[in-house]
Amino acid sequence: MAELLLTALAELHMESGAKMVPFAGYNMPVQYPLGVMKEHTHCREQAGLFDVSHMGQVILRAKSGNTADAALALERLVPMDIAGLGENRQRYAFFTNEQGGILDDLMIANCGDHLFLVVNAACKAQDIAHLQNHLAETCDIEVIEDRALLALQGPSAEAVLTRLAPSVADMRFMDVARVQLAGIEAWVSRSGYTGEDGYEISVPNDVAGVLARELLAAPEVEFIGLGARDSLRLEAGLCLYGNDITTDTTPIAAGLIWAIQKVRRTDGERAGGFLGADIILDELVNGSAQKRVGIRPSGRAPMRAGTRLFADKQGATPIGQITSGGFGPTVQGPVAMGYVGADFKDLGREIYAEVRGKYLPAEVAKMPFTPANFKR
Amino acid sequence: MKFTEEHEWLTLDGDEVTVGITEHAAEALGDLVFVELPEVGGAVAKGDDAVVIESVKAASDVLIPLDGEITAVNDALDENPALVNEDPLGAAWMFKMKLANPSDYNDLLDEDAYKALIG
Repeated sequence: MAELLLTALAELHMESGAKMVPFAGYNMPVQYPLGVMKEHTHCREQAGLFDVSHMGQVILRAKSGNTADAALALERLVPMDIAGLGENRQRYAFFTNEQGGILDDLMIANCGDHLFLVVNAACKAQDIAHLQNHLAETCDIEVIEDRALLALQGPSAEAVLTRLAPSVADMRFMDVARVQLAGIEAWVSRSGYTGEDGYEISVPNDVAGVLARELLAAPEVEFIGLGARDSLRLEAGLCLYGNDITTDTTPIAAGLIWAIQKVRRTDGERAGGFLGADIILDELVNGSAQKRVGIRPSGRAPMRAGTRLFADKQGATPIGQITSGGFGPTVQGPVAMGYVGADFKDLGREIYAEVRGKYLPAEVAKMPFTPANFKR
Repeated sequence: MKFTEEHEWLTLDGDEVTVGITEHAAEALGDLVFVELPEVGGAVAKGDDAVVIESVKAASDVLIPLDGEITAVNDALDENPALVNEDPLGAAWMFKMKLANPSDYNDLLDEDAYKALIG
């Protein structure tokens, strides 16, 4: 196996007593001495600092010099309104394939003279190749290798970051800005993947440790590992690429219709024109065979990814499976999400999950499991 | 107190043992969120599944350490699985069993052997 890659904060993770695990080719902190449960709760109640430097950062610049051309070119790969994305605004997006499946999900920001993309670590090589295959004629594609990415998340995130740069208080959810943080040039977005208010902060590798230490010195801030990151995003009802969305799931089945703006839908000004548009736009009208739903197990036993779901307690009629599941520390009980046949998607529907040979009851439930705290 | 290679501890009282998991195991598992205890009564054999424990990360099994019969389970763990992290060697005992052959207890690992095992 190839040697694991390290982020710019590797040394700080060791100093902080992190337990490191291989993740998407990187050696990453899964938890710190606080432990997954307390890290999760701390992030919901105060603020958590996450190293997400393993994610891919990419800049797209139009060869024409007009960012609108890069936006239109990118719209061939994502079913989002990118041309209409305001300057200093960011949007959730996903790359689709010709079969209507999802290749990766990502964030796209309009930074004025360029577009800034943040993609998943496990998909980044493939995403960059995909961008090069489709956009090389119209865009310069710059992969950012020399910057770390930190996420500061939680209700105290604003108070903490404002001490370094008062202007970040004025940012709304999904705003992006270039900000000086403790003398460091940072690319900041007001976003994250925990269901909490917060920021994602891109900074040069050589000063990432300085900023991370500065943030950790705040009494409200604790380091949070991948373990709690997973339970936080699960409670927030957010998809994990590779589990909840894959090349086998369409955006409609995944319940991501909200992310496809009207202008890209049938009868929109720039309808279709992205990979898999015929399939996705058809499903948008006629529905998909399967739907992603929230699932609350009735008992205390967690129901994990891969657990098969049935319509009946004898396990005679399979209807789908769980794609993410575990214990929700804020919910204080097991939570899950998964795919079921469209006939079983209604809230409150009783379904059964096969756990260690038994068929345990669960209920189709509303997501997010915990209320989102974004600063809209 | 004796130990197994599966990271259980046992104490003997007459022909009955009390069984739990070691601090090392509790630490490695992380925060526990679910414990499913066995039923009391009926013969069980060494290596049978006894207890299912789930941490925030994954599910694991605690195995029956010796042949015998389960005589009691610690219901407090149903309500409070975190007890296993707080007091694995005490309040978080998992089950008691009457041994078919009480002398089997002597063949288990002593503390030094267990410490050597976990390094």
